[in-house]
Amino acid sequence: MTDPAIATEAPLHAEFLREPWDGLGLPQEEALSYQRFGATFGIWIFIASEVLFFGALFLFYAAVRAEHAEAFATAARETNIVYGTLNTAILLTSGLSAAAASLASEHVPLRRLTQWCLVATATLGLAFLAVKGMEYRDDIAEHLVPGRGFKLPEPSAQLFFGFYWLSTGIHGVHLTVGIGLVARLIWIGWRHPERLPGNPQVEVTMLYWGFVDMVWLFLYPALYLVGRPG
Amino acid sequence: MSTRVAESPASLADPDELALGLPESYLSAGGTLGSWLTSTDHKRIAILYALSVTLFFFIGGAAATLVRLELFTPQADLVGADTYNKLFTLHGVIMVWFFLIPSIPTTFGNFLLPLMIGARDLAFPKLNLASWYLNVIGGLITATAVLAGGIDTGWTFYVPYSTTFSNTAVTIGVLGVFVSGFSTIATGVNFIATTHLLRAPGMTWFRLPLFVWAMYTTSIIFVLATPVLALTIILVVAERSLGLPIFDPAKGGDPILFQHLFWFYSHPAVYIMLLPGMGIVSEVITCFARRRIFGYDFMVYALVAIAVIGFFTWGHHMFTSGMSPYAALIFSFLSFVVAVPSAIKVFNWTATLYRGQVGFESPMLYVLGYIGLFTVGGLTGLFLASIPIDVHVQDTYFVVAHFHYIMVGATVSAYFAGLHFWWPKFTGRMYPETWAKFAAVLMFFGFNLTFFPQFIAGYLGMPRRYHVYPPEFQVWNVLSSSGAAVLAAAYLMPLGYLTWSLFFGARAVNDPWNASGLEWRTTSPPPRVNFFGRPAVLAKPYNYHPEGAAPLHDEPRIPSQGSLT
Ligand code: HEM
Ligand SMILES: [Cu+2]
Repeated sequence: MTDPAIATEAPLHAEFLREPWDGLGLPQEEALSYQRFGATFGIWIFIASEVLFFGALFLFYAAVRAEHAEAFATAARETNIVYGTLNTAILLTSGLSAAAASLASEHVPLRRLTQWCLVATATLGLAFLAVKGMEYRDDIAEHLVPGRGFKLPEPSAQLFFGFYWLSTGIHGVHLTVGIGLVARLIWIGWRHPERLPGNPQVEVTMLYWGFVDMVWLFLYPALYLVGRPG
Repeated sequence: MSTRVAESPASLADPDELALGLPESYLSAGGTLGSWLTSTDHKRIAILYALSVTLFFFIGGAAATLVRLELFTPQADLVGADTYNKLFTLHGVIMVWFFLIPSIPTTFGNFLLPLMIGARDLAFPKLNLASWYLNVIGGLITATAVLAGGIDTGWTFYVPYSTTFSNTAVTIGVLGVFVSGFSTIATGVNFIATTHLLRAPGMTWFRLPLFVWAMYTTSIIFVLATPVLALTIILVVAERSLGLPIFDPAKGGDPILFQHLFWFYSHPAVYIMLLPGMGIVSEVITCFARRRIFGYDFMVYALVAIAVIGFFTWGHHMFTSGMSPYAALIFSFLSFVVAVPSAIKVFNWTATLYRGQVGFESPMLYVLGYIGLFTVGGLTGLFLASIPIDVHVQDTYFVVAHFHYIMVGATVSAYFAGLHFWWPKFTGRMYPETWAKFAAVLMFFGFNLTFFPQFIAGYLGMPRRYHVYPPEFQVWNVLSSSGAAVLAAAYLMPLGYLTWSLFFGARAVNDPWNASGLEWRTTSPPPRVNFFGRPAVLAKPYNYHPEGAAPLHDEPRIPSQGSLT
């Protein structure tokens, strides 16, 4: 009776069990999967909170753009669409490896795959930041930082770039936090390989990673595609 | 046990219970400072919060005292204009973000939520501890702003004053609020997950005590409103410190947008301050009227309705900021709508008293005061929600009186009601009841003397946030400042007698009030794991009398039926 799908399910480690989930009077297996459910439930609530955070940011964008449609189109044409598109591709690929890591972590034989997917995710995240850094360098060289000597004459074009620097900065901070969390998992998988399969933190981290990806999917058109029709 | 433990507040309520081999209480599980600062026990974290919240309350109170002293006379005699601005800002910022918003959820909520639903702890105990550190760090950062010269923008941080013109420590101040916001969100996530996942067997959603519902709905606002404030603060800092154009009208920015974002958070935030107190009132009033709550289901729906509709009324703070008449009309209408569930709650509390065996123990005195003060605050809220009246009294002391009736009159009364009601459970000690009654009555009178004159002064046209005023308003200000002295005494008294009771108060039994809630079905104070064995719930809450039959007025009060095994 060896159904391979069941046989490869990750065994749930007792050391993953935390207070107060160990005191529910449930058998250990059930307590662990309930705790895992709790952890994902918690991160979903946090993501709901983050949605409102970025929601406010996009509200700011929408309101100002509605008032200054022309200037926004002009200013958005100054952004570097090559870097922007490259970064979109990088981040979407990292989303794939993150999802794969999350699914693979549920099966013991896929431990190495999990580890490699985590490494790929973190690397792609770093690549995104590197490209972003090059883009920032070019932006600065082109006088796209609001203030004296700004490239465009319209004052409200500076509002667009105020949003540009702020939103990419906030997104970058979120991504950096994500890379840190993934790096932590890589560390766990490296030092204690047996603690990776079945670890609820993989799914939790990857949900967060997916959310940060999603934010970029909204930022990309808002920053790079406005004023570039056709 | 060779030594009598009666001298230490940190031991079991009844020393004889130790002989039965019961686990030690949460208070005696380690007495070192380190054991407190690293504890993941929700009850200990609640105590940590209680201490920090109390500290902030008295800091905010000190600033208010100076404000009221200055306003005793029409001239500037104590402080100058700048210092005055910094004082009322300090008062507002500390009271809103470091007292009112965290106070009831993080102290009573932390302590009682797991107990009331029969859980051993919150879902994420480490996150809970982290939230306390974030709160304290945020408070310290904001306190640094005071040392760095203070902030003079008012607690609302309106732009462009806060971004372009103010020369004070705005950035540090708002960053402190930002950090404490994370602590609030962490608490919200924790409470929501706990209520969903860790209820004891038989504790269905419609058997939850109303305090738990209040915590749950508050947490939803925590999670969904706080991030908007966080972003708004980032926008202010980006403009002020990083020089990015955000709201600057010279660049085509929109300062009114700031107000929308700010009030989108801050109106729901006033319900963060209100709903927890409503939860306490429902617990206390049922216990001391020996009565089931009138209309339990509608009490639940009212909490949910307030939490939801509260998200859509923010525009009533901006009637005079030049919004379109249609928008103003809709915000006005929605503000009237949100008052309906609040009124339902007041009616249902009153109906709960009907044919009850009403006693006047100190927690009940606070609660009865609450109902009166909340009614005044809520009704004047309706005045303000009517555009013509608001245009007349906007930015006057009328508004100040309105929100103090709700935030101080109601919520702080509820805070003290809860503090007295659950004190035996928290500490294992009884407090001196006569003193407590005296403080409760004094607080009610002091409060009204302080704030009722402000309605009149405001209606007559006295503006808020000025340190000098025309002499014809002096009589109202003298009344108000005298009331503030009475109020200060009433707030200091519990600090004295409650501390005294920690050392000399009589031992509390497990359930001194014969209350029905699950939190009373364990020792006072409870052990680390909260319950002996796993509780199971068999009936609706507030089981003070058989369903459908009110207690007989002239019969002695019967103990609660107990709704659990
Ligand atoms: C019954 C429902 C309520 C209604 C209809 C209502 C209505 C209003 C209105 C229209 C204003 C704006 C006044 C103005 O600035 O001209 C206002 C101000 C205010 N309200 Fe309420 N309110 C209600 C409940 C509450 C509650 C529950 C709280 C707090 C716990 C609260 C706290 C405040 C505060 C803090 C302000 C002043 C903000 C400021 O300008 O500093 N209100 N209220
Ligand atoms: Cu409001």
